[in-house]
Amino acid sequence: MASELVDPIHPPSGATPLRARCGGLAEEASVPLAIELRGVTKSFGAVRALDGVDLLVERGEALALVGPNGAGKSTLINVVAGLSRANAGTVSVLGHDVVRGYRAARRALGVVPQELVFDPFFEVREVLRLQAGYFGLGREQNAWIEELLETLGLAHKAEAPMRTLSGGMKRRVLIAQALVHRPHVVVLDEPTAGVDVEMRQALYRLCQRLVGEGRAIVLVTHHFDEVEALCSRVAVLVKGHIAALVTTQRLASCKGGLEAAVMDVVRAEGAS
Amino acid sequence: MILRGPYTLFRKEVLRFRAVALQTVVAPVITALLYVVVFAHLVARGAEIQPGVENLAFLVPGLAMMSLLQNAFSNSSSSLMQSKLNGNLVFVLLSPLSALEIFAAFTAAATVRGLVIGGAIVVGAAPFVHLPARDPAVVVVFAILGGAFLGALGLIAALCATRFEELAGFQSFVVVPLSFLSGVFYRVDALREPWRTISLMNPCFYLVDGFRRGFFGGSAVPPGRSVALTTAALVVTSTAAVALLARGYKIRS
Repeated sequence: MASELVDPIHPPSGATPLRARCGGLAEEASVPLAIELRGVTKSFGAVRALDGVDLLVERGEALALVGPNGAGKSTLINVVAGLSRANAGTVSVLGHDVVRGYRAARRALGVVPQELVFDPFFEVREVLRLQAGYFGLGREQNAWIEELLETLGLAHKAEAPMRTLSGGMKRRVLIAQALVHRPHVVVLDEPTAGVDVEMRQALYRLCQRLVGEGRAIVLVTHHFDEVEALCSRVAVLVKGHIAALVTTQRLASCKGGLEAAVMDVVRAEGAS
Repeated sequence: MILRGPYTLFRKEVLRFRAVALQTVVAPVITALLYVVVFAHLVARGAEIQPGVENLAFLVPGLAMMSLLQNAFSNSSSSLMQSKLNGNLVFVLLSPLSALEIFAAFTAAATVRGLVIGGAIVVGAAPFVHLPARDPAVVVVFAILGGAFLGALGLIAALCATRFEELAGFQSFVVVPLSFLSGVFYRVDALREPWRTISLMNPCFYLVDGFRRGFFGGSAVPPGRSVALTTAALVVTSTAAVALLARGYKIRS
């Protein structure tokens, strides 16, 4: 099953990528991929969390990253974000190596972490302004911050201290923090955990808008309705490697639908 | 603006301690002033510690520097440790800030807190004692050197620690003895051996001695040597802190 679900255009490993096959070299040089992982390996002691991962994400694409708990999804994101360093392989964001060119890579990347982390000393608007400041952005970003507050339903909480917010509201702030510097690539690690239906819909609209603007999205989720609503391709990560990388449409057309197809891939990999 | 990133982090660190000023500024100042009040009675009639200097006046710069050092350490160490354990350090780690910029922001904020507390102690003690401040530039130089040195040491301690208990241990067994046994309450050159030699190995001694010289004009060690040695200590701790940050020691996996 897994071998049938390998995208012939975006192979997970070993094969020639899309651009080398279809695009000219000049085009490849001028339009870097949103995210490019080549042979990425990451181990924690004896545990190999990522095992030679190859993954290419195009600009303007929404890719879903799914897989069972412990498959290596968060590790993969951490490596892309520079929070973890790969033992082998290369990772770049918008053509910038995340180690050698970390400044440019991080400016191009926004990450919504899975954990509800927050700074208890500050109010919501202040948190966003500080976050923009870390990226060297000042007052010119204020209009965008106000727009984010409005879009994410945070406007009425703009002056509220972070510690007084509910879990769902804190999640919204995390999303706003990831977007505050207008990154070209956005990674959302289970962004809808603990948020209400209204917010989920608002987030879908925001993601669609970002993709429409040519930004890339990597969505880590266990909700297959989100995958179908937002993502054009699905990468299934099992035991630290990409077991399947295929269009959402093709997976959804499998017998039993998207969820059943992903479960089949996971089972097949688990048995191997 | 190229410095906006590190400046923002510096500003955030200052806002953080200002948000809990009762704990981070007022309490240590009150504690130090209580020392002044108590010692005012104890040392006033004792033998002169430094010829030509009122005993209480001798103590105040030492107490101010001791509080400055301890609070500079507390600022950088507790802020980084809290962020590390709460997980909100991720917002800094995801930013394009370099290790040097993160170091500079945390250390500068720690120095500011130290200067605020040290300054408040000197001002608060002024009604009780005459402090001539003969060379204000020397006072400021040693205050900044002390704040930066302990701020850098605080970063190292927070990066190495995995629990608050370890950080508290470092403070109790390293920072407090270094700052307490640095000639705050006595003249080091009046000590017997081996305590005098041991004291001369303590970088905080040179900070206290130089700081006090700025007020009264006399010191146990030439001020140039004190500046050189404390600058060397600052360079060593800063280099270590930046290296640990660049490596992502216990903050990136």
